[in-house]
Amino acid sequence: MRLPMKGKKVLVAMSGGVDSSVAAALLVEAGYDVIGTTMKLFCYGDTVPDRPCCSLDSIQDAAAVAAKLGIPHYVLNFEDRFRRDVIDNFVNEYAQGRTPIPCVRCNTFTKFRDLVAHADALDCTYIATGHYVVARDGVLHRGADPNKDQTYFMWGIDRAVVKRMITPVGDITKEETRAVARRLKLVTADKKESVDICFVPDGDYPAVLERHLGSETPALAPGPFLSTGGDVIGNHDGYARYTIGQRKGLPGGYSEPMFVVSIDPAERAVVIGTVEELYGHNAELEEVNWLVDPLSVGDSCELQIRYRSRPVPARITGSCNGRIQLELNEPARAITPGQSGVLYDGRRLLGGGILS
Amino acid sequence: MSTTVYLDNAATTPVRPEVLDAMMPYLTDEAFGNPSSAHRFGQRAQAGIDRAKRQIAHALHAEPGQVIFTSGGTEADNLAVIGAALAARSRLSPMRVAVCAAEHKAVIAAAKTVEKMGGEAFFLPVDARCQVDIAAVDEALARGLAVLSAMWVNNEVGIIQDVRSLAARCQDAGVSFHTDAVQAVGKIPCRFDDFPCTLLAISGHKIGAPKGVGALIVRDRNAVEAIIHGGGQQFGIRPGTENVSGIVGLGQAVELAVGELDETASRLGALRDEFERRLLEAIPNATVIGADANRAPHVSAVAIPGIDSQAFLMHCDLAGVACSAGSACNTGLPEPSHVLTAMGLPREIALSMVRFSFSKQNTPEDVDRVMEILPDIVKKVRSLSEALAR
Repeated sequence: MRLPMKGKKVLVAMSGGVDSSVAAALLVEAGYDVIGTTMKLFCYGDTVPDRPCCSLDSIQDAAAVAAKLGIPHYVLNFEDRFRRDVIDNFVNEYAQGRTPIPCVRCNTFTKFRDLVAHADALDCTYIATGHYVVARDGVLHRGADPNKDQTYFMWGIDRAVVKRMITPVGDITKEETRAVARRLKLVTADKKESVDICFVPDGDYPAVLERHLGSETPALAPGPFLSTGGDVIGNHDGYARYTIGQRKGLPGGYSEPMFVVSIDPAERAVVIGTVEELYGHNAELEEVNWLVDPLSVGDSCELQIRYRSRPVPARITGSCNGRIQLELNEPARAITPGQSGVLYDGRRLLGGGILS
Repeated sequence: MSTTVYLDNAATTPVRPEVLDAMMPYLTDEAFGNPSSAHRFGQRAQAGIDRAKRQIAHALHAEPGQVIFTSGGTEADNLAVIGAALAARSRLSPMRVAVCAAEHKAVIAAAKTVEKMGGEAFFLPVDARCQVDIAAVDEALARGLAVLSAMWVNNEVGIIQDVRSLAARCQDAGVSFHTDAVQAVGKIPCRFDDFPCTLLAISGHKIGAPKGVGALIVRDRNAVEAIIHGGGQQFGIRPGTENVSGIVGLGQAVELAVGELDETASRLGALRDEFERRLLEAIPNATVIGADANRAPHVSAVAIPGIDSQAFLMHCDLAGVACSAGSACNTGLPEPSHVLTAMGLPREIALSMVRFSFSKQNTPEDVDRVMEILPDIVKKVRSLSEALAR
């Protein structure tokens, strides 16, 4: 971990998971003046058993780690703001036939805007999290652990905040993180990984949509499967249950595998096609944010269109009103509206936007 | 954190040295026995309980046989409300209870449990000074009640309820009256013998006894039925092996607190008044909730518009002032306090309420120290609110 100026105050976001526990621990070991905080983002009520993050048990885990480290720890309630900035958008995006990533907006608005406001009020020079990214000299780089790198979710944050970020686990691997937690006997050392979206229990996002949009919402109502030629070839039980590139749950009887290639919410239609029809050479990003001096038309970079996909070389072909167009050097599979298109130069995160 | 000023005494207090001394023999070899045992160990433990009953009875002007020990104020309130509903059912009367809308959560939740059990609960509105609406009381009494409950000193705002007139109305209607006196004992004069109160709940840890012990003073054992079941201890109203050391501590603490009442009331009242005077002077737009109401001397509930009370508490703690927002049990929840809501305060005011509560340990220097710190914190937390609103 790189140590910008010891002894300064750091506000560390502690979810109650092992990564942010170790982030806090490493900061304490390095001599920072650390204040721990857990953001309460939503409430399941009493009906859903404990989740790895964001639930009361996780708050208690974070508090236990803070007590062990001898740092103060506070719970900050962000429920209203998180609902407004993250959950509502998540629901609306699905209603529009898109596939959103709430973690991006949580980083942009909740962790690296609202929590930074708290850091300011507390005179904290720095803000730290357990993200697997490397903040160095005001620039973000991919985390050292290739399986854990989280830069894909960070493109939306305010560039000025990057200078104040400390990312203690960014240049170690998950296994090393767990080893630190075990060495320090933190209660979170062997806690299981959270893989779901924190406010979507068991990955059942249609249940979340139904709760917010009502059971009558068109997004979850029956509609047609269409071929790319426009023929009705079956029925589905709600377009919001589908995403571009999905193969599961489609009508069978084709000689080759079929995939969702587009979603048309106006017609409630899910359009299916062949794997060739899934590939695209062009991408457009909206709500573009830069973490470096903005690139211009003609500049080259790499574009990553899914969390787990390989970045592909691309060139910026157009730019206006917070949107950019890119031409890809090789076709990309399942360019999905609502997902993030994230721009890199090698390991360096340049910026990104929402695929439109 | 040795410099932290503790102004959260309505949440809890440290165990007083005299109380701990009194308890020690009952935790160790001397008198550790089970009070139900016939042998000398049991007898010594029973003697400790009997002494505590006498201490409490003497301090509160009750009879030793009226003291039923519980695990704390919450259990005492539950026993009063649910126990009274159960007793009514046994008499073939309706399980109907009425509680003040500004009661402690223990009473509110107990009343809701009576509803779940098939009974009925009325939540009596209060006015801006936290006084129960008498018309609503009379209406509820006219329906016939198992019990009516109103907190003597409100735990969030420190306002004193006119329990005498409520108890008298209940007596006229032949209805049991319960009061949660957890915040009243040792802060204002509390006598069980000079008004027709049927049930009165007290707690140890607010007055220098340990957490986990309290009592319900019961005038009429037919007024309540047990809500937990076991052996025959405490007339079967509250079975289970007694928490002997805790009970001994409670007896000692009540005796001390009530004995020191006059001194406490004048000292805390002066401290609180000085604190409020300087706070109102130093912090623009701050208001004291219930300033014009009859208040117990130890609680100062202040609305500081434009602050998020959670952030405020965090800043206070980091700067060395321990206080709370609403009641301590609310921590972590964003809802405005039900007490302030019941008093008709707008949500923004309710969410900006912080409670400072004093004890004998506090000094004028504590007030000086806090007033050095608070204005700066208010400024920071107000600018935080502005930043988040942008």
